[in-house]
Amino acid sequence: MSRSDVLVSADWAQEHLGDAGLVFVEVDEDTSAYDKGHLEGAVKLDWKTDLQDPLRRDFVDKEQFEQLLSAKGISNDDTVVLYGGNNNWFAAYAYWYFKLYGHDAVKLVDGGRKKWELDSRPLSDAEVTRPATQYRAQEPDTSIRAFRDEVVAAIDTKNLVDVRSPDEFAGKLVAPAHLPQEGAQRPGHIPSAVNVPWSKAANEDGTFKSDEELAALYADAGLDDGKATIAYCRIGERSSHTWFVLHELLGHADVKNYDGSWTEYGSLVGVPIAKGA
Amino acid sequence: MCGAPKQGGALAGVDLSTQTVIQGSVWHDGSPVAGAYVRLLDATDEFTAEVVTSPEGEFRFFAAPGEWKLRSLAPVGRAERVLSAEVGLNETTLAIA
Repeated sequence: MSRSDVLVSADWAQEHLGDAGLVFVEVDEDTSAYDKGHLEGAVKLDWKTDLQDPLRRDFVDKEQFEQLLSAKGISNDDTVVLYGGNNNWFAAYAYWYFKLYGHDAVKLVDGGRKKWELDSRPLSDAEVTRPATQYRAQEPDTSIRAFRDEVVAAIDTKNLVDVRSPDEFAGKLVAPAHLPQEGAQRPGHIPSAVNVPWSKAANEDGTFKSDEELAALYADAGLDDGKATIAYCRIGERSSHTWFVLHELLGHADVKNYDGSWTEYGSLVGVPIAKGA
Repeated sequence: MCGAPKQGGALAGVDLSTQTVIQGSVWHDGSPVAGAYVRLLDATDEFTAEVVTSPEGEFRFFAAPGEWKLRSLAPVGRAERVLSAEVGLNETTLAIA
């Protein structure tokens, strides 16, 4: 696995829009951006309504994922090229999700929607429909997904990477600063976690930093190469961004995303919490 | 959730006795800039949050009291401003030269 296998530039994306065998997919929490303008031919996925179970807190199951991709016109043989807003947070989440269900041919557009817009590249508001397929998913690969008990067990044992902002890590804020500071969680972080904000892995235009810069970033933060790693944030989308960096760009073998993240951990009764920088 | 909520509009439902709201708009050539990316950086220049401005060029953050930096990115250029926020409403303007 190398960078070019998992990440494509905006230039590459623009040159390959409409290619057979490629499906561009925009992933956002708020899909109104897609509705106003999207990459030509791209279909949309709504992080919440398409990828989360409507009742309990979990993913859609294998059958629901198969129905979703079939309806979107994505086949098992297609290469899925993901991009989105929020510096590709939700696109990275979808990337991880596609991998979880066994779709190997997935790529991210470097910089996502932000770079595309800042470059004034063309957007289309034409409705996109693709013929339905018969998509078949694999059983979920839990080697890349962490659950709460293994996170508690990982304290002082595995690398825990808290990718939220320093103020969230310290317990000064309980949510990213574009959201009201409400919520039932106790503020703070998981003991023994290191704080490497996801944003340190990205340039201002949303593109990823170079492999050399990324390797130095996590080495300087004290991430032990010889240990397994669990990344978390608040709801698991920013940590998907870091999971992508560690597992897909830097090739670390054992990296899990804890999608329960702080909204789960900070609400658990009896688990240890640390505060301060 | 983590996606940026719609920017601008009324502050209904926001408790300004506890929340530290930083809001304002981005301007260029006498007009508001819609779709600009506004970044909130903390006192150490570390990224804290980012939103996209509304059709009226507005942005809003829920921060904490202290020193902050706002930086806007748009195809027409960038702007930056440092401000000291307190609990309640902190309003400002970013002008792209």
